[in-house]
Amino acid sequence: MATTMKLTVNGQVATVIVDDPNMPLLYALRDTLGLRGPRFGCGLSQCGACTVHLGGQAIRSCVTPMSAVGTTPVVTLEGLGTPAKPHPLQQAFIDEQAVQCGYCINGMIMEAAAFLAQNKSPTEDQIKDALAGNLCRCGTHLRIVRAIKRAAAATNA
Amino acid sequence: MLQSALSRREFVKDTGVLIVGFSLMSLVAPGCVPRGTSAAAKTLDPGEVDAYLSIDAHGAVTVYSGKVDLGTGIRTAMTQIAAEELDVPVARVDVIEGDTALTPDQGPSYGSLSVQNGGMQLRQAAATARAALITEAAKQLDALPGDFEVENGIVRSRTSGKSVTYGELVGGRSFALKVDKDAPLKAPASYSIVGRSVARLDIPAKVFGQFIYMQDFRVPGIVHGRVVRPTGMGATLQSVDERSVQEIPGMIKVVREGNFLGVVAETEWGAITAAQKLTATWSNWDGLPEQSKLWEYVRSTKVVKDDVTSNVGAVDQALASAKTKLSATYDFAIHTHGSIGPSCAVVEIKEGSVTCWSASQATHNLRQQLAEMLSLPVEEVRAIYVEGAGCYGRNGHEDAAADAALLARAVGRPVRVQWMRADEHGWDPKGPPTLIDVQAGLDANRAVVAWSSQFFIPQGAAGKVKLLAADLASLPAHEPLSPGGILNDTAIPYAFPNVRTVAHRLVETPFRPSWIRSPGRLQNTFANEAFLDELIVAVGADPIAFRIQYLNDPRGAEVLNRLTQLARWDTHPTRAKRDTGAVVTGRGVSYVKYELYRTYVGMVATVQVNRTTGAIRATHFAVVHDCGQIINPDGVRNQIEGNVVQTVSRVLKEEVTFNRSRVTSVDWVTYPILTFPEIPDVDIALIDRPTEKPWGAGEPTAAVVPAAIANAVFDAIGVRLRSVPFTPAKVKEAMARAGGRRRV
Repeated sequence: MATTMKLTVNGQVATVIVDDPNMPLLYALRDTLGLRGPRFGCGLSQCGACTVHLGGQAIRSCVTPMSAVGTTPVVTLEGLGTPAKPHPLQQAFIDEQAVQCGYCINGMIMEAAAFLAQNKSPTEDQIKDALAGNLCRCGTHLRIVRAIKRAAAATNA
Repeated sequence: MLQSALSRREFVKDTGVLIVGFSLMSLVAPGCVPRGTSAAAKTLDPGEVDAYLSIDAHGAVTVYSGKVDLGTGIRTAMTQIAAEELDVPVARVDVIEGDTALTPDQGPSYGSLSVQNGGMQLRQAAATARAALITEAAKQLDALPGDFEVENGIVRSRTSGKSVTYGELVGGRSFALKVDKDAPLKAPASYSIVGRSVARLDIPAKVFGQFIYMQDFRVPGIVHGRVVRPTGMGATLQSVDERSVQEIPGMIKVVREGNFLGVVAETEWGAITAAQKLTATWSNWDGLPEQSKLWEYVRSTKVVKDDVTSNVGAVDQALASAKTKLSATYDFAIHTHGSIGPSCAVVEIKEGSVTCWSASQATHNLRQQLAEMLSLPVEEVRAIYVEGAGCYGRNGHEDAAADAALLARAVGRPVRVQWMRADEHGWDPKGPPTLIDVQAGLDANRAVVAWSSQFFIPQGAAGKVKLLAADLASLPAHEPLSPGGILNDTAIPYAFPNVRTVAHRLVETPFRPSWIRSPGRLQNTFANEAFLDELIVAVGADPIAFRIQYLNDPRGAEVLNRLTQLARWDTHPTRAKRDTGAVVTGRGVSYVKYELYRTYVGMVATVQVNRTTGAIRATHFAVVHDCGQIINPDGVRNQIEGNVVQTVSRVLKEEVTFNRSRVTSVDWVTYPILTFPEIPDVDIALIDRPTEKPWGAGEPTAAVVPAAIANAVFDAIGVRLRSVPFTPAKVKEAMARAGGRRRV
């Protein structure tokens, strides 16, 4: 039976009608709210393309049921920064041209943002370990690591 | 000629471009018959300037590109090429890609040919347009064409200073000009846009979540479809219990056509749930070979013909009389494409006309295939490219489009189909298994006198890959096997006196084959360059000097000489400095002249091999790359880095697994790819040749990676790896074999 849920997404409260409380958050974000940052990659929590922040933590929205979200604030790539006010990571990904197809990049930025919030001056190996669960098929890894280092440096400057 | 599927209004609305009757030719060539005053559809004739370009009244340029951006930066490169040749700013150029109603058929976006072929067609069209615009300006301003220069789309007389804009000269009208193959091109020395690392135009939208990928694309009234595949690849659908999904909210229909089975629901989650819950019974099918006997299966598959790809001298005699003979067998596993975003398409059928939005690399081909499957005239199908997740060949996009078409036809509403991960890994067409035998002979002076190789590869070329839905539903589809241009690089770049390379073309291969990045070139170059290293060790030569000696190719030699510097190669016979610790380091060389006529790549790989676990880490690659004229240096670097990382993944990790019924590597756990902690460093030296043809950069670097790694592993531990992927188990097995031989 359809239930009504209130989600807090990117600082705004949205009302979502849900047929199935087991539906993963990803589908509410994409199909109901029309957000494009989080992406479907595997539906199995294996690739990271769907990553969003839930209460500041990077989580896989493709396996997070709506029933588990509650009132915890959700932040997507759109909420992280805008062209007018980019997050340092978004600017760094542009500066390093750290995109090929870009389908995974949502996950890279969201995972890295949560990581940098906890670890402001990471080593290169720590960055790689932090992203070990995020897959990229185009082989953009080298640029992604450079972008995260650049963002960390910019934040600390 | 207005495409019958489109009304004029839709055409204007969709493209923002309306081409009306006054042609440039009617202005620049008095007496030429105007094309009339009625609305004319966009020409797709690749011989016409209008096929590639239009300029509106404000001077905004639209490029119509049959080549599409698969995440490689081609849209930016095309923009640079057009902007440079027309002398307009990059920001004034827009690109429409892969729309069968608007863009010329320039062939699929594959084979590292988008800039090399598509870009050069565009450049010539732009040069033709520029010359015509100057001629027209000269006429209007009463001066000689040679008196004019163009800047920012403004044609100005040097002597009088008078000027006229492109928008004023042609704005909104067609050129009605044949592409002039002799139209003068700008001198590369005067370039200010081509040859520069112009920032990718798509990246800002992609990092802010604003980019519309195929997977984001929607039309009004859209509903969601998912497919339910057979439990065995050739299984027959025996029964479906529709009641198993009738309770699902928003359920619209279970669609069955033969063995094609799908569900359509109002919501995406509804469709996913329905596909999971639908009860269907399939016949047993176990027609696949045993994976553990794959190579015996390949070797015993019926050969339908032999393709001799090179034949110099008399190889059999030379081998028979050689003082030393070497031989080896190489194999390369079946691979999946593994796009991070599964294949997706939207199809809308209105009044018998089909519109398909797809991330297909070949929308003109897809259009034909959909028309055939649906038994419609091709004019009734329009296929429009929308960029998806990275595409490295013919993956599942066309199949998702066919799925969506059958579902849309069944429910009478526009249907979006996105494959689930298991659909993608399990049912995309695969890079076929490749088995290669090589023999060589040395004379008493340790000179190479003979090279002979045999490739066991499926028949067929780079055509159209049969649509899965058409196959399952037994709808019209006549495509033969299409594994891609896998004969390429079977022949070798080295001038040995006796050479014979022959491909035994097999009647069948276990999975529907297609091309995945550097198809054939990758596998063939692996065998060629790895076996060459075996010869080099046998003759005690330096791997770089030996290659240069046999190349007879100054440009190739320059690449290898630059590689010596970039990699700080210390000339030494392989295996001279063997480390004896548990983790040992080695370096290996590999080289390709892609398809023996274009892009040159030389590579030195550095690896660390753990002799206890058998694990290989590829830690560093030095790459020297000559693709002729470079359009965007950072774009080329991005491609080289991507080729290295992706191919390291393929070589160290990837293998499609299967039982007798179906693929069993259906996710990222069962088909692992390289992760961040495992990535190598990459140093790149680009050789830019602005006055040469621009060749492709999307694939060639991939081709040299497998042998560079294999040769580096040999340098490290003295063991030959001849079977991709180089898993720890295979390394330990090879070490055990080598150890056993040494004891004998």
